[in-house]
Order: sequence, then structure tokens, then C-alpha cells
Amino acid sequence: MKNPLFQYVLSLADDALIIGQRLSEWAYRAPFLEEDIALSNISLDLFGRANLLLEYASEIKGGGTCADDLAFKRNEREFFNHLLCEQPNGDFGKTIVRQFFFDSFYLLFLTRLAKSKDLQLSAISQKSLKEVTYHFRHSSQWVIRLGAGTQESHEKLQNAVNVLWVFTDEFFNMNDIDKMMVKQKIGVDRQALKVEWDKEINKVLKKATLKRPEKGHIISGGKEGIHSEHLGHLLSDMQYLQRAYPDAEW
Amino acid sequence: MSTNELPLWEVFIQPKTGAPFQHAGNVHATDKEMALQNARDLYTRRMEGTCIWVVKADEIVSSNSNDQESFFDPANDKVYRYPTFFKVSKKAKGL
Amino acid sequence: MQDNYESVFQDKVDAENKIEPKDWMPDKYRKHLVRQISQHAHSEVIGMQPEGNWITRAPSLRAKMVLIAKVQDEAGHGLYLYSACETLGITRDELIQQLHNGKAKYSNIFNYPTLSWADIGAIGWLVDGAAIVNQQSLRGTSYGPYSRAMIRICKEESFHQRQGYEIMSKMSNGIPKQREMAKDALDRWWWPSLMMFGPHDADSAHSSHAVKWKIKRHTNDELRQLFVDRTVKQADLIGLSIPDPDLKWNDKRKHYDFGEIDWDEFWEVINGNGFCNRERMNNHINAHKEGQWVREAALAYARKTKNGE
Repeated sequence: MKNPLFQYVLSLADDALIIGQRLSEWAYRAPFLEEDIALSNISLDLFGRANLLLEYASEIKGGGTCADDLAFKRNEREFFNHLLCEQPNGDFGKTIVRQFFFDSFYLLFLTRLAKSKDLQLSAISQKSLKEVTYHFRHSSQWVIRLGAGTQESHEKLQNAVNVLWVFTDEFFNMNDIDKMMVKQKIGVDRQALKVEWDKEINKVLKKATLKRPEKGHIISGGKEGIHSEHLGHLLSDMQYLQRAYPDAEW
Repeated sequence: MSTNELPLWEVFIQPKTGAPFQHAGNVHATDKEMALQNARDLYTRRMEGTCIWVVKADEIVSSNSNDQESFFDPANDKVYRYPTFFKVSKKAKGL
Repeated sequence: MQDNYESVFQDKVDAENKIEPKDWMPDKYRKHLVRQISQHAHSEVIGMQPEGNWITRAPSLRAKMVLIAKVQDEAGHGLYLYSACETLGITRDELIQQLHNGKAKYSNIFNYPTLSWADIGAIGWLVDGAAIVNQQSLRGTSYGPYSRAMIRICKEESFHQRQGYEIMSKMSNGIPKQREMAKDALDRWWWPSLMMFGPHDADSAHSSHAVKWKIKRHTNDELRQLFVDRTVKQADLIGLSIPDPDLKWNDKRKHYDFGEIDWDEFWEVINGNGFCNRERMNNHINAHKEGQWVREAALAYARKTKNGE
């Protein structure tokens, strides 16, 4: 069985990497120039976090692996991000709702992970917390503006919430590795975050005049490398140069 | 054609604690929160600043530079407002 | 009265003092500045597209982050310049309209496609290199807000050129396929970069007033020569050769002589027949259209809550 700590760190890295990649697709396409800068700022923060985590993961793995090897040479079944992260951008509303679910979860998660016995994870979390706080402010404010803005924006946001809701539960699943890490006081009890997350989400959704969907079909599998069909396309784009020129250094 | 024009806000940055705020430029935003975030993203990307003020552009009152001569001290002959004009005996202390 | 204002204005300019937004200025001066500053701003924004094209495919995490930061800077530069332009009594909406209906232009260079990763290197090295030569000259421009925007932009530009040069350097010292890619990119981007400085001085329509009013501080040919002299040396250092058989050091002039630009190509591209003209414009128009509901919603929300209290 793979080193559980390696797996744990990799999963956290993949979340940041994949959603960062999605955000970076918004270059020159945002609703106005100021927002272009805001989104690319957030994607830079996420790539920074992914890089730190991938560097740590490659340390754990050893054997001369580096962060780029992990980012550019793994295949679809070897990525362990949550499914929400790889969902396509859609319109600005869908991107913002995806970001809102992600940021609200990670704000709670990283606050706990900052107390990890693992010094690296603790340090990375503390550094990321400042950024995530800012990201959450940005995405939640936009959810409110768009939810409570016009009839059109309200409908688009409600639709986005309905479509992406099925991917939120996955964040609170504890697989064997999560359980192992919690036992070692390295990882975070995800289930324990659910109640607080619900509270925070409900606050924002209320201000945004948006309805919280009924609990229905849940989709998960990302942490086991079972992904939606979107990930393959994302990776073939992202990894293209390294795969086309395996002997080259960039 | 409807106007989608986002209102204009002027941005002032304090480069470091205790320093005076300096005008950096402007941003477009629809509310205070967005204006602050946009100002931060645009003007402090390279860590230039400890504090940001944003003010709606139409709230700013400005003197007219054509009135410069009457609004500020007129003419070069009235230099007596400046302390260097007075020749004070070095023996006088506390000035 | 007008003559008096005009001479006060010209005295200010001659004395290297800045003209500020509320100062009296000749109408032609204002119009010239709106045109020049807005076109500069549009160029920064359209320039995000050829480079943005390679963000998702950047070959390393570091390269990706550096490229995102660069494209983000370009958006920022666009904003500084729109900001300066708006002080002249024109709105952002009007500026965008002018871009969309073709009334305002943007730099031709961005109508060329980025076909390989090496193009990203070539753009940083050559296109930003040429822009830097132009922008450093503009720091001394007479209009205050424009000058301050240029000083800010120049501070941020040098990392852009270094990023591009580093990519070209790495590739020209890499595996054969990378060297080929680098050479191919240089071959395609060299001449368009020279065209960035505009027509020869003798053929340039707007020059004389621009010089009198200290909007423009150096001529097209002067700047182009400076760029060539600098860049040839940089190419030598990394073992790349400039695609110009007439390129030769002239010991008398103490400058490089270089070949004649294909002015037909220059005018074709300016007049809309470049490779990517339509795409660049459509991308900008579509992004603006698709963002309409967002801008409307944000405005509506602000009104409902009285400016976000």
C-alpha cells in the first residue's frame, strides 16, 4: 500500500492544483478587467499552495521525484482531488459557486490542519490561511451579489448551486487514510466540520436569497482516483508539453 | 444601450505604517468591499502598502488649478510665511 | 484669452512641468492623448490573449505561475492606462465601445498567433523588450497621469523581459527539438517586433505635435535602432541568429545596420488582415457580452443595499 502520508498530502495538493488550473482558464475572459486580476490572483495562490504540497509529497516519496514530476506525469487514476475541483467553469456564476463551496470548506479545514503534528502541513496551512480567508470573502461576496442581484443572476446562481451541490458531500467523507491521519494527530476529522460548514453556507445562501438543495444523489470517488470525464481533458491539456518532450527540461 | 458602467473609486495607499497616504490611481467597483479588493489586487500586488483607502470619485472635492494663484499664497514677494525668511539672532533659543 | 492660456500651457510643457487633469489644455492635445493612451491600454488588454493561450499548457509549475503573473500584470497595466485616460473626460464604456467598433486601434503585434511554447519566450524577450524601449521614453511624457502610469509600468516590465529571455535561453540550450522551436519562434517574431515602433519618421503622420507637446519624447527610428542594438547582443549570448541577412555592425555609426521592413505586411495587418485580428476582437467582444449579466447584477445589488452598507 502506498505511503498513507504521501497519499494524504497528494490529495490536498491535487485539490489546489486542479481548481487552480480551472481558474487560470479565465484569463482575459472575466466580466471586467478588475475581476480578471482577482481570479488570476486566486489561481496564483492555489498554484503556490499546490507547489508547496507537491514538493512535500515528493520529499516523502523520495527517489529524486520533484513537484513537476507529480504534476505532469501522473495519469487520471493517480489524481486524488475531490470531484468538485475538476468541474468545468461554465459561466461566471458557476465558477463562483464552485469556488465558494471550495473556499468555505478549506477555511474550516486549514484552520484545523494548522494544528497538525506534522510540522510541514502545519506551516503550509498557516501560510494558506491568510489567502483562503481572502478567497472566501471574495467568493461569498459574489455569491451574495449575484444571488440577490437581478432575476437573471439569481436564476443562474440557483442553477449553479443545484448542479454543484452533489459534489459537496465528498469533502466530508473519511476514507481509511483520513482515519489513519486523524489517529496520528496529523490529519483533520472532516465529518466534524459538517455542522459548522452548514452554518456558514446557510448564512451566505440566505443573504444571497438562494435555496439550499434537498439532500439527494451524492457523487464521490475522487480520492480513490475515480473521476468525472472532465479530468482526462484537463490533464491532456495541462501535461501536453512534458509528455510530448519527455527528455526536455523546461 | 444601458449603462453597465461600474462607478469609479479613487485609491490611496499607505506605503508603510506611519507614512502619508498617496494617491495610486482609480478602480471601478460597485460596492465598498469590491473597491477595496480591486484596489488591493491592482495596487498592492507587489506588497506595496500597509493600508488602503478607497473613495468614490464623485465624493472628492478638489481645488481648481486655475485658481492656484489666489487659493494658495499669491506671488513670490510674500515669502515671510516661511520661517527661513526671518533672520533671527542665533542667541534666540526655542524658535 | 485663449492665446494666454495656450502660452501658459506651452510654457509649462517647455519647462518640463506636468500637465494635470484640471489644467487648461488645447483640444487637440486632449484628443491626441485620449487616442494614444487608450490605444496603449487596449494593447495591454488584447496582449493578454496570445500569452493567455499558453497558460493552461505551461510546461512547469513555475513557468505557469510566472506566465499567469505576467498576463495579470498586463491586465493591471491596461487598468492603469484606462485610469489615466478616464481623467481626460472619457468613460471606460466609451473606451471599450471604441475598441469594439474599430475606432480605436491596438498594437499590431498581438494579431500574430502563438504557435508554440517558444513563442511565449519570444514575446517576453522581443515584444516586451520593444515595449520597454518605448515605455522608458514615455516616462517623461508631459501629461501627469500618463507619466505616472508609465513609471509604474516600467518598474513592473523588467521581470517580463527577463522571463521571456530565460525561456529562449533554456530552449536554445536544450534538446534539438527545443532549439528548433526557439529558432522558429525568433524567425516569426523578429520582424513584427521591429514593426512595433511604427512607420519611418518621414512617413509618420502624428509626430510633430506630439514632439512639440512632449507627448512623444523620441522618434520611431531612434527607438527602433536602440532596440536592435540591444537585442542583437542578447541573441548572440544565447546562440540564436537574427533572421536578417542585412544585419551588420556599422563601425562608423556605432550602430547595427539592418534590413528593410516589409511595410506591405505592416499595413495589411493594421488594416485588419492579420492572422488573428478577428479572433482577438471577437474574444474581447464575447467576454464583454458574457459578462453583462454579472455587471448588471453587481450594480443592482449595490443599488438595493445602498452601495453595500
